[in-house]
Amino acid sequence: MTFIAKPKIAHPSLPKNGLGFTRRDYEGALSTLCAGCGHDSITAAIVEAAWELSIEPQNLVKLSGIGCSSKTTAYFVSGGHGFNSVHGRMPSIAMGANAANRQLKYIGVSGDGDTLSIGLGQFCHAIRRNLNMLYIIENNGVYGLTKGQFSASADVGSKAKKGETNFQPPIDPVLLAMTLGASFVARSFSGDKSQLVPLIQAGLNHNGFALIDVLSPCVTFNDHEGSTKSYAYTREHYEPAVHADFIPLEREITANYGPGEALPLVMHDGSRIVLRKCEDGYDPTNRSAAQVYIQERMKDGEYLTGLLFVEPSQNEFHTLNGTPAEPLNSIPYEKLSPGAKGLEKILSRYR
Amino acid sequence: MSPATSARINDFVIKIATVNGTGSASANSLLMKSIFRSGIPVMGKNYFPSNIQGLPTWYEIRVTKDGHVARSGRVDIMVAMNAETYARDVKEIAPGGYLVYDSTWPRPALLKREDITVIGVPLARLCNENFNGVRTRILMKNICYAGVLAALLDLDVERIRELLAETYAKKPQLVESNMKAIQLGYDYTRQNFTCPLPMHVQKMDATAGYIMIDGNTAAALGCIYAGATVAAWYPITPSTSLMDAYKVFCDRLRVDPETGARNFAFIQAEDELAAIGMVIGAAWNGTRAFTATSGPGISLMNEFLGLAYYAEVPAVVFDIQRVGPSTGMPTRTQQCDLMECAYASHGDTRHVCLYPANPEECFYMAAQAFDLTERLQTPVLVLSDIDIGMNDWMCRDLKWDDSYRPDRGKMLAKEEVLKLEKFYRYQDKDGDGIGYRTLPGVHPKAAYFTRGSGHSQYGAYTEDSVEYQIVLDRLLKKWDTAKKLVPRAVIDATAASDIGIVSIGSCDGAVREAMDVLKAQGVGVDYMRVRAFPFSEDVERFLSAHKVLFVVEQNRDAQFKSLLTLETAVEKSKLRSLLSYSGLPISSTFIVEGVLAEVRPTPKLQPKDAAHG
Repeated sequence: MTFIAKPKIAHPSLPKNGLGFTRRDYEGALSTLCAGCGHDSITAAIVEAAWELSIEPQNLVKLSGIGCSSKTTAYFVSGGHGFNSVHGRMPSIAMGANAANRQLKYIGVSGDGDTLSIGLGQFCHAIRRNLNMLYIIENNGVYGLTKGQFSASADVGSKAKKGETNFQPPIDPVLLAMTLGASFVARSFSGDKSQLVPLIQAGLNHNGFALIDVLSPCVTFNDHEGSTKSYAYTREHYEPAVHADFIPLEREITANYGPGEALPLVMHDGSRIVLRKCEDGYDPTNRSAAQVYIQERMKDGEYLTGLLFVEPSQNEFHTLNGTPAEPLNSIPYEKLSPGAKGLEKILSRYR
Repeated sequence: MSPATSARINDFVIKIATVNGTGSASANSLLMKSIFRSGIPVMGKNYFPSNIQGLPTWYEIRVTKDGHVARSGRVDIMVAMNAETYARDVKEIAPGGYLVYDSTWPRPALLKREDITVIGVPLARLCNENFNGVRTRILMKNICYAGVLAALLDLDVERIRELLAETYAKKPQLVESNMKAIQLGYDYTRQNFTCPLPMHVQKMDATAGYIMIDGNTAAALGCIYAGATVAAWYPITPSTSLMDAYKVFCDRLRVDPETGARNFAFIQAEDELAAIGMVIGAAWNGTRAFTATSGPGISLMNEFLGLAYYAEVPAVVFDIQRVGPSTGMPTRTQQCDLMECAYASHGDTRHVCLYPANPEECFYMAAQAFDLTERLQTPVLVLSDIDIGMNDWMCRDLKWDDSYRPDRGKMLAKEEVLKLEKFYRYQDKDGDGIGYRTLPGVHPKAAYFTRGSGHSQYGAYTEDSVEYQIVLDRLLKKWDTAKKLVPRAVIDATAASDIGIVSIGSCDGAVREAMDVLKAQGVGVDYMRVRAFPFSEDVERFLSAHKVLFVVEQNRDAQFKSLLTLETAVEKSKLRSLLSYSGLPISSTFIVEGVLAEVRPTPKLQPKDAAHG
């Protein structure tokens, strides 16, 4: 439970980031998830990513819905506000919060049940609005808190712990997001921190909706023989297609990449993502080709991972809305009210 | 009971029956506004179908020198332009009244009433002879009846021209064609009938300092003046015009003249669940945010309203009530969401509700709702209805005090947080049940976790009974604080009677008119209009001070009466319900008859008007 406070004692020799913070400063309450839960590895990756990026902790807003995954927002960056909302409705809370203050960074953590079943509508519409946030799905194919029902991401033929077989086709969030026009779509595995950390960094800096679908095995209800979301199965079938390195502005000069072997993409703030293809035929900047490729590999039972599609130039919500650079929540009242004189003028139409 | 129909100057009701989508709305507002501009108090009510074109629609104009704002329940002049509803329209005319109809196709068979005067004007023929094109002829036929009425009622034709010139400022040719249609009707009527009728208008000077405005527009304006910047919604009749008006005001008033930046976010959500979620997210993050919806939308918002109640997040929701249950009759009026709003969501939840009675109050209460929601850190629902929201009402000029500054409630800035040893979100430091909140981005020390799951006063997750109850009991204390902050009831105890009328929202006009009528008949009653939930102490006092209380409301199940019995100490046996739920705005006649039936049980009254509601 999150009321177990973690002692905030850091060894003086711990490395510090640009703000003088150690990794401990980006941690949260003690996790209450099962030992070995993939979600805890993702939490650790978020801590690592935020620390490396030197994000001011208070500038990270953490949002979630309901489920095991949604609990995790309490387990990282305790210096940032968190909002654990209702089941499947986190995107709308994120939309409102983002509308109020466009200058903060928004990270949403959801699960496959929270996103693909009860929250499918809101998920789709957040993508449609290109809401500027990082949306992580901790995908384990199963409902954990209610003890092991299949989720909408369960594969056909996958077996539940109690032996039941799933016959309904899965909804794949990656393909769905690409179809809906998402501007940043990635897939990763909770067991691959070296891939996940730079993806989170890139996602946090992407100017628009960034989705990372993270395969995150459930050790209690979905890690058995016959499950296609177990650690063993995932390790065997996940295939990095594109590796992405995130290079923030200040480190640009030291970044080491040779032309020809890497594709640098400039983000809206001048930072860069450097993509390295792991598969020859894959192009993460071509939406339709990438979609076909992912689908083909899926037919063979392989999950392609990495930054599968990115289009940094797409306009996010505020650009489309024409809101000012300053947050709406800090515009002085005097600027918002037409005053008593203004009212007289307005009323002249109603006489 | 009422003066003879024929003798009425500035005191009669015109009802116009047309087909929707034929331009009759313009003709009707033209008529109403020209009367208003002649200084005569007027009321207009639109009874329209949930349809775009082809179904029956009615518009009722009450010329009322005494400034009544409700329906009287009678019709003196019927303009019957819709063959489909002709038979029932003719029936509705009060004895001694008038029927205006399109005599291009004479209908002797239907004109069986001896007690009314029939005025046949060949509107279609006149328009066919003078205009080209099918659509134009249909539109002009409706403008033409305005000309007929102008002649019959002695309306100022110059006023009509002036209004048309304002409406079509950018299309002067339309002013001319419309005036031509007006003149056709006007001249024909003057040539063929004695004009004006004994029942007509006479210039007054009783509308200075008043405007004609609908409640949705007024509420939208209130949101502008409250400084609301985030509006999220899902289209639903009859709340849509509130959002439309807000958008129009924003486009006009909220675009930075130098940068072109839009100082507002107007978000059409995918459904009402998302709409209220956006409002909660935006208010949690420090903007003033609102949504507008109707009963079906409130049903969908229940889950989120419970979250906002328990996690203590501000949100302003306008519920423009329409007829239920389910989809009901989307364009007809009722007060049927009183219970739904008061207790929206599962678990022990109660919400602050405001009940405006007219557009003027929509404006002030809209602004007040934002102060209350931030002061109390809980959702505030403003319950209007179609009658208030979509009809033009004559209201006193809206005023604004330039010294107003939004009450953001207990919100700690960075410096204040830094002074604290530790910040806890849900502690009751001041004894009023309201904790302090902080906004994201302020400082790591100000961070807290918002959740709908069990939490302690320190903001931590809990399943501990004591910790849970501390928070739940504090919310009750906050509820008591709310009682002191919400608008008080409006009480008129001048009759010093044992009998009281208790009412809510849009019943007000009808009740006040009914009181005048009752007084004239020797029945003096006191009156209380409740303006907010939770009920303030004055509500309790009024209830206990009267022996018989008529509870007037517009729904079948006496929801307001139920709320009173649940939330006050009033004895149930004292309460008598007067329930109007036909979908039409409540009439004064209905209330007069309801009260008289109780206080003077004989002779038995005719049930006719009761059926009309």
